[in-house]
Amino acid sequence: MSSLLEVRGLSKRFPGVQALSNVDFDVDSGEVVGLIGENGAGKSTLIKVLAGVHRADEGEIRLNGAPVTIQTPQDSFGLGISVIFQELNLVGNLSVAENIFLGRELRPAGILRSFLDFRRTAQRAQQLMQQAGLNCDPWLPVGELSLSRKQMVEVAKALSISSKIIIMDEPTSTLTGQETELLFEIIERLKKNGVAVVFVSHKLDEIFRMCDRLHVLRDGHHVGVTPTDQTNREELIRLMVGRDLGTLFVKQDAEISDTVLEARNLGSDKGIENVSFSLRKGEILGFAGLVGSGRTEVMRALFGIDKRTSGEIVIDGRPALIRNPTEAIAHGIGFVPEDRQVQGLVLGMDVRQNVTLASLRAVSSNGFLSDAREKHVTASFIEKLSIRTPGQEQVVVNLSGGNQQKVVVSKWLATTPRILILDEPTRGIDVGTKKEIHGLMSTLAGQGVAIIMISSELSEILAMSDRIVVMHEGRKKGELSRSEASQEKIMELALRESSQGVA
Amino acid sequence: MTVQNAKQNAKLRAVFQWYRKQARSSTFGVALILLALCVVLTLLTDRFLTQTNLFSVMRAFSFIAIIAIGECMVIISGGVDLSVGSIFGFSGLIAAIALNRWGWSIPAGIAVGMAVGTGFGMVNGGLITKLRIPPFIATLGMLSVVRGLAYAITSGYPVRVPSEFNVLGQGYLGPVPYPVIYMAALALIFSVFLKKTVLGRRIYAIGGNEEASAISGIRVDRVKMLVYTLAGLLAGISGVISIARLGVAQSTAGLGWELDVVAAVIIGGASLSGGKGTILGAILGAAIMGVLRNGLVLLNVSPYWQQAVIGLVIIIAIAADQMRLRGDAAKN
Repeated sequence: MSSLLEVRGLSKRFPGVQALSNVDFDVDSGEVVGLIGENGAGKSTLIKVLAGVHRADEGEIRLNGAPVTIQTPQDSFGLGISVIFQELNLVGNLSVAENIFLGRELRPAGILRSFLDFRRTAQRAQQLMQQAGLNCDPWLPVGELSLSRKQMVEVAKALSISSKIIIMDEPTSTLTGQETELLFEIIERLKKNGVAVVFVSHKLDEIFRMCDRLHVLRDGHHVGVTPTDQTNREELIRLMVGRDLGTLFVKQDAEISDTVLEARNLGSDKGIENVSFSLRKGEILGFAGLVGSGRTEVMRALFGIDKRTSGEIVIDGRPALIRNPTEAIAHGIGFVPEDRQVQGLVLGMDVRQNVTLASLRAVSSNGFLSDAREKHVTASFIEKLSIRTPGQEQVVVNLSGGNQQKVVVSKWLATTPRILILDEPTRGIDVGTKKEIHGLMSTLAGQGVAIIMISSELSEILAMSDRIVVMHEGRKKGELSRSEASQEKIMELALRESSQGVA
Repeated sequence: MTVQNAKQNAKLRAVFQWYRKQARSSTFGVALILLALCVVLTLLTDRFLTQTNLFSVMRAFSFIAIIAIGECMVIISGGVDLSVGSIFGFSGLIAAIALNRWGWSIPAGIAVGMAVGTGFGMVNGGLITKLRIPPFIATLGMLSVVRGLAYAITSGYPVRVPSEFNVLGQGYLGPVPYPVIYMAALALIFSVFLKKTVLGRRIYAIGGNEEASAISGIRVDRVKMLVYTLAGLLAGISGVISIARLGVAQSTAGLGWELDVVAAVIIGGASLSGGKGTILGAILGAAIMGVLRNGLVLLNVSPYWQQAVIGLVIIIAIAADQMRLRGDAAKN
């Protein structure tokens, strides 16, 4: 018996990289299949081949047992395959309904066929939105929707071409817990309706919860397929990284000494109010809270990116004047931002130019750059953080997500910060690199660096933090020590209504 | 490339690999186009490949090329400056007035011309960084303002410059006209500035990703201020050299040049979205247009047709480059 979609012996080569070699894959209607592997394992390439973005060099794709060719995104569409990419493909200025029918607009019959049929568009859109679990005005511009609701628009779009296969690339990486639940309900519903769902994710909890079967890729090879209930975390991680990782998070005890930083009553024009906290040498301070709770905004105010409207910052017991990132860096603060592609890297520049970008003064004399010093600094970080790159001249856009993140971290370590802020440092990063970054944080703390880590992953917050600040709607809702913190306590604080005051 | 000996396969392969590597850079593609153009013109006319003609072509495009050095830095930083043609004209005009009517010394005349260019560059920078006007609009407005000032202060009459000043634009060092030397020197200085200094690196960085650069501690507004000021300065320098060359300053000097200058930079491999480009590329871009103009004259193409042909070549050159880059991207 043949599956709905079957891939045999797929290979794809890019210059210098064998992205996929002889990969098999299959998914049947009414099942959710997980596609997992580290960054750079070939998941994205496989998806892009199925989406018609890349063409395979070799291999066969069968739909219901019959061979098909996918050369363009239109081919893929026509075969009933929809891919929901991490960076959603929506036009922000257009409405939900217009996005759903983009390129396939509904028109009246006959002489008016050059015009749009608004009534039917709205009706059909409403139906599809309902199936996708989206409740709003179909004429609302997509740009005004939250990320999770944008994803639902993508699902509705997929349903509008009666897709038989829906591929979701890291759909939960930018969602809050609640939004993730909603997405899972939709996936369940799709499954019941006989749709085949391919679920790409790094989060093992979600994979175990949602998937019926798992395909594992490593370095472009298919290393295993297994029903979810016949495997466990340890086995999966071993398959993905090819080695035993032991415990996922490593946190060594560091000596926590003097207070380095004190933020008093911070407020900014981006909606945070009255946030105070302190940070000590060798400490890892976790910032927890829902997406949009103001965690990032506190850091942006602290780092001088957003305009501070109130409060003061005290460093080493002296008030510090921080009006822009330059002054923050001068005070020994480093900031690894949330979105490495948009805020962290200059994608068109090479590894070396990115690594030295925040410390150009240190690799130059009298304003002239020293090639030798730049190379030396970069080489030391490539080694220290084991950045996988063909060379220092590699343009960073070609690196995998995990290695890109290591480049951003290197850039900040090159400034020898005493205070390092990491905003979602391991989001969208494979398990192996994640562990390396945690190890690095622990080492830095041991060397006396004071670290602030924002994370939406509670297990990460709990594993890494000495102390945890919980935010909600732009305010600090409470603080927990490592010993008293638990998932439940954090969630309770993160969800607490504003009327209950500040803890 | 001719095969001289079939046994030299290995050597040939090495050359081919070197070529493949070079071919990745836009500058190499531009140089090839320029070379092809020169070969064609050498074959079609007997007057193209003469020392006199080549240096006179180089002198003719040196004024555009010097302005293009500044424009190149602006475009790398992610902006654009449309006012350079007007600034070029106005700076020359003020220098001429200072020399002719106010009786200033030659160094003072040169200085005032350069200062005027620099001043307008700073105004552009201020409009863009302080008033947050998009570069396209701000410099489009200044294009008109500065041109209007040139008309207003001269009522359209040309201003002659003293003949002892003319040697600076009309003289030769050996066979090489002075303006070509100025161009080469400025191109060298600013190439080193862009590639070897902290500020140069920052110009590329803000053009590549402004937000990431700001978070990395780069004072983005200061860098922008600097590039527009330098663009004004270079337009001013070019304006002063041009009046020395022509012996007269016209209120219409540099009219419409912003198009040639931007085209030179883009043909030279820079991207209007920023972060990419080289001074050498911009000079080669200006050279392509200069050689083409010269070729059309030598081939007796009617002046009425020349403009259209040049426009067409600009489009073809950029389309070819895009196709080449896309081919590369597909291979990647």
